[in-house]
Amino acid sequence: MRIIVQAWRQYDRNSEGNFESYPVDNVSEDMSFFEMLDMLNNQLLKDGKDPISFDHDCREGICGTCGIMINGRAHGPLKGVTTCQLHMRSFKDGDTLVIEPWRARAFPVIRDLVVDRSGFDRVMEAGGYVSVSTGGVPDANVIPILKDDADSAFDAAACIGCGACVAACKNSSAMLFVGAKVSQYALLPQGQVERKSRVKNMVGQMDVEGFGNCTNTSACEVECPKEISVENIARLNREFVKASF
Amino acid sequence: MILNSKIPEGPVSQKWNNHKFSMKLVNPANKRKYDIIVVGSGLAGGSAAATLAELGYNVKAFSYHESPRRAHSIAAQGGINAAKNYPNDGDSIYRLFYDTVKGGDYRAREANVYRLAEVSNNIIDQCVAQGVPFAREYGGLLDNRSFGGAQVSRTFYARGQTGQQLLLGVYSALVRQMNTGKVQFFPRHDMLDIVKVDGKARGVVTRNLETGEITSHSAHAVILATGGYGNVFFLSTNAMASNVTASWRAHKQGACFANPCFTQIHPTCIPVSSDHQSKLTLMSESLRNDGRVWVPKKAGDDRNPNNIPDEERDYYLERLYPSFGNLVPRDVASRRAKEMCDKGHGVGPTKLAVYLDFADVIHRNGKDWVSEKYGNLFDMYRQITGENPYETPMKIYPAVHYTMGGLWVDYNLMSTVPGLHVLGEANFSDHGANRLGASALMQGLADGYFIIPYTIGDYLAQGGLKEVRTSDDTFQHAERLVKESLEKMLAIKGSKTVDDIHKELGKVMWEYVGMARNKEGLEKALELIPKLKDDFWKNVLIPGGINEYNPELEKASRLADFLELGELMARDALHREESCGGHFREEFQTEENEAKRNDEDFTYAAAWEYNGGDGNPLLHKEELKFDEVSLTTRSYK
Ligand SMILES: Cc1cc2nc3c(=O)[nH]c(=O)nc-3n(C[C@H](O)[C@H](O)[C@H](O)COP(=O)(O)OP(=O)(O)OC[C@H]3O[C@@H](n4cnc5c(N)ncnc54)[C@H](O)[C@@H]3O)c2cc1C
Ligand code: SF4
Ligand code: FES
Repeated sequence: MRIIVQAWRQYDRNSEGNFESYPVDNVSEDMSFFEMLDMLNNQLLKDGKDPISFDHDCREGICGTCGIMINGRAHGPLKGVTTCQLHMRSFKDGDTLVIEPWRARAFPVIRDLVVDRSGFDRVMEAGGYVSVSTGGVPDANVIPILKDDADSAFDAAACIGCGACVAACKNSSAMLFVGAKVSQYALLPQGQVERKSRVKNMVGQMDVEGFGNCTNTSACEVECPKEISVENIARLNREFVKASF
Repeated sequence: MILNSKIPEGPVSQKWNNHKFSMKLVNPANKRKYDIIVVGSGLAGGSAAATLAELGYNVKAFSYHESPRRAHSIAAQGGINAAKNYPNDGDSIYRLFYDTVKGGDYRAREANVYRLAEVSNNIIDQCVAQGVPFAREYGGLLDNRSFGGAQVSRTFYARGQTGQQLLLGVYSALVRQMNTGKVQFFPRHDMLDIVKVDGKARGVVTRNLETGEITSHSAHAVILATGGYGNVFFLSTNAMASNVTASWRAHKQGACFANPCFTQIHPTCIPVSSDHQSKLTLMSESLRNDGRVWVPKKAGDDRNPNNIPDEERDYYLERLYPSFGNLVPRDVASRRAKEMCDKGHGVGPTKLAVYLDFADVIHRNGKDWVSEKYGNLFDMYRQITGENPYETPMKIYPAVHYTMGGLWVDYNLMSTVPGLHVLGEANFSDHGANRLGASALMQGLADGYFIIPYTIGDYLAQGGLKEVRTSDDTFQHAERLVKESLEKMLAIKGSKTVDDIHKELGKVMWEYVGMARNKEGLEKALELIPKLKDDFWKNVLIPGGINEYNPELEKASRLADFLELGELMARDALHREESCGGHFREEFQTEENEAKRNDEDFTYAAAWEYNGGDGNPLLHKEELKFDEVSLTTRSYK
C-alpha cells in the first residue's frame, strides 16, 4: 500500500519547526509502523535528505522510549499499545499519517519527533523511592503482602514513563505518571514510612517542571499504552491531602 | 600477558567469605576522595552506581539512553533465579551453583558461579525492600516458577515484566543518590573510548548525543556495564541500540575479549516475517512451563494446526528428553527446532517455525489462569502476528538473544586493564558456554549490588593512583582521536546506508557463525567480513555532521566495531574444535546429535588480546579447574 507521511521537522530546541510530506510506497501490512519509517528514512538518506529522527529502543512496548502523536492520538489509534507495537495493518492504502512529537512545555523538542523527558526523572528524584540502601534488609518473605494489594501495586508499577499521558492532556498534566508511582508505594508496606514526604515532594517537583493541573477529562487514561487507571490520580489527590495535615 | 584469575584459596563455599575478609578496605571518610566512572545504567551499572554512592564514593554515571529508567534490561520478561528454596523442593545454593555450571556446559569458572549462587538470595531481599512487586501467592508470600535446565522452582517473577520491575527498583535507588548529588548522571552520552594513565584506566571520552560535543572525564577507576553484543547479527531480541562499542574500544586498549563465539540462540521467538524486519521479539521461556512444542509428523504438512490430530504430531522435546521435556536448556531446544525445520517439518509461510501450543493447559486450568500468568506475552504475540494464541498455537523459531562471551575479568571483576572493571552481560564470567534462563538478571544485580562494591575498594586501597586532569595531554589526545575517527566516517559520503551494511553483516553472521557452525563456513565468514569492513570504510553514507544530533552517525560508529568483533567471533568459533553449549560445531557431535565437548583440549576460557587488528589477535588461555563438579556429558534425557 501507499502511505503519505506528514512529519514534523524541527532541527533543534531553538529552531521553528514545520510539517513536510513524504509518500511511502510498497508498505506491507506486516510491517511495524517503525519499520515503515525505517524504510522511508533509508530512502531519504539515499536521496541526500535528512532522515526523520524519532526515539525508540526495545520495539516491544516495554522500555517507554518511543512516543509519537499519530493523527492527533498519542501512540496512534489503538488502545493499550505503544507506537512501536503499532503495525501497518491498522492503516489502509492511501492513508495520510500526520506525525508529531509530544507537545508539552515540560518536554522540549530535541529534533523532529524526539523530546526531552528528563522532567520525569527529576520528579522521581524528588521522592520516587523507598530509602533503603544495599544490604541489611530483612528476608523477602518476612513481610507477607495481600495478593490483591500486590496486584494493584503492580498495575500501577506497570507505567513505562513514556509521557503519552502528558501529551494527551490539554494542560500537559503529569498526574497519571506521578499518581502511578505514588500509588505503587502507598499500596505496599515498604512505602509507608515515607508516604507523606514522598507525595509532597513529588507533587512539588511536578509543579516546578511546568506540568499543568489535572483537567479531569481522563484523556490520559484513554491514551496510556499500559492502561494505567485514573483511580491513581484520585489516590494521588487523597494522599496529597492526607500528607498536608 | 599472563591471565591471573585471582581465585581465592579455600573450599569453594568459603572463597568469597575469606576473600571479603582479606580484601583491603577504604575507610568511610576516605571514600569521598575517590571518583568512580560507571558506564551503563542497566541492572548491572545502575545497581553498582547506586550502591557505590551509598558507600560514599563520588559516582559519574553515563548512558546513551535518555534516562536511567531505560536500558535493554527492561525487556527481560521471565524472571530471576535465587536459591531461596521457598517452595521446599530441594533447592540450595549448591544446587543453583551445580545447575549453572552444568547448564554452562562446564566452561565457566567454578568460584565465580558459586559466589553468584551465594549472593542470589540477598538480591531478592533487596528488591523486595525497594518495593519491587514480585508475584505473590494468596497467602501473601512470594511465588516461584520453573525455568529451563532446572528441576526445581527457583524463579521469582513479576508477571511477564520482571526486568522492567527490577530495573525500576534499581532506578529508584539511583535517583535517590542523584538527589543527594552523590551520583552525577549523564544521559544521552555515548562512551567512545577509555583513557589510560600509567597503564591504568583513569577516564573515558564521551560524545553528547544531543549536541555532539566530545569531552573526557577522569576518575580513579572505571566500570563498564554496557550490555551484550547480540546485535552483531542485526536481527536479535536485543534493544535496537544495544552494541559492543564500549567493550570493543576497551579491547583495543588492552582488555582481553573472552569466548566471543559463545552466543545464545533463544528457542522461543516470533519468527522472521520479511526483509524489512528490524528486530525479533522473544516469547519468554516461562511459556515452556505450560506450552508444548511440536511439529507435524509428516514433513510439509500444512494443514491448520488445530486440524492435526494428536497422533500426527511430534512433541519432539518430550519424546527426546523425557525427564526435562519442554524444559531442556535453551541451546538444546534451539538446535532441535532447527533440526526439525531442516528436515522439512517446519510450519508457517516460511517453514522456519515450530508450534508452541497452549491448548492442553487452557483445557486444564482455564483461559483466565493462563491470561493471569502470561497475558501480556499473549497480547504481544497477537499484536505482532495478528493471530490469537488462545485459539491457535504460537509459531516460534530460535533467535539470537544473549552473549555469554565478553571482556575477560578476574574474580574481582577487573579486566586485563588495571582499574577497568566489567559487570553484567558485558563480562564473560559466569555462564560458560550457555546461560540458563533467569540467570542474567541475577548476575547483573549480583555484580552491581554485592560484588563490585567490595572488590573495587580493594583496588582503590592499593593506592598508586596519581592526580589526573582532563586538561592533561593524554585526555586531550584521546578526545582528538575520537573526533578524527568520526570525521573520517562522515567524510566518506558513499552510497550505502548503515543499515544496508549492517544487514549484510547480519546475514553472514547468522549463516556461518549462527546456530550451527563448521570449518568451511567459518573460513568463508573470515573472508567475507573483512570485505564488508572495507565496504563500510569506502561506501558508507552518513548525513550531517559531528556537532549535532545525528543518530546515523551513532549507528555507524557502532557498526564499525561490530564489523571487527564479527571477525573475532568467527576466529574464536573456528579455533574451538568442539561443541559446547551454544557453540555447536557440526563436525563435533554425538551419534544422537548432541554437542560433543573436548575436555582434553578445550577446558579453558579463550581470552583474545588485540594485536593491531590485522587479523592476528593473540590467544591466552585461562585453564578451568573443576574441583567440585565433575565434568560429565550433560544429559537431560
Ligand atoms: C528480550 C529479552 C528477555 C530477557 N529475559 C530475561 C529473563 O527473563 N531473565 C534473565 O535473567 N535475563 C533475561 N534476559 C537477559 C538480560 O535482560 C540481560 O542480559 C541483562 O539485563 C543485561 O543487563 P546489563 O546491565 O548487563 O546491560 P543492559 O541492560 O544492556 O545495559 C547496558 C547499559 O549500558 C549503556 N551503554 C552501553 N554502551 C554504552 C556506551 N558506549 N556509552 C554509554 N552507555 C552505554 C546503555 O545505555 C545501558 O544503560 C533477557 C534479554 C532479552 C533480550
Ligand atoms: S501513565 Fe501511561 S501514558 Fe503516562 S507515562 Fe506511564 S505509561 Fe506512559
Ligand atoms: S520502543 Fe520501547 S516501548 Fe516503544
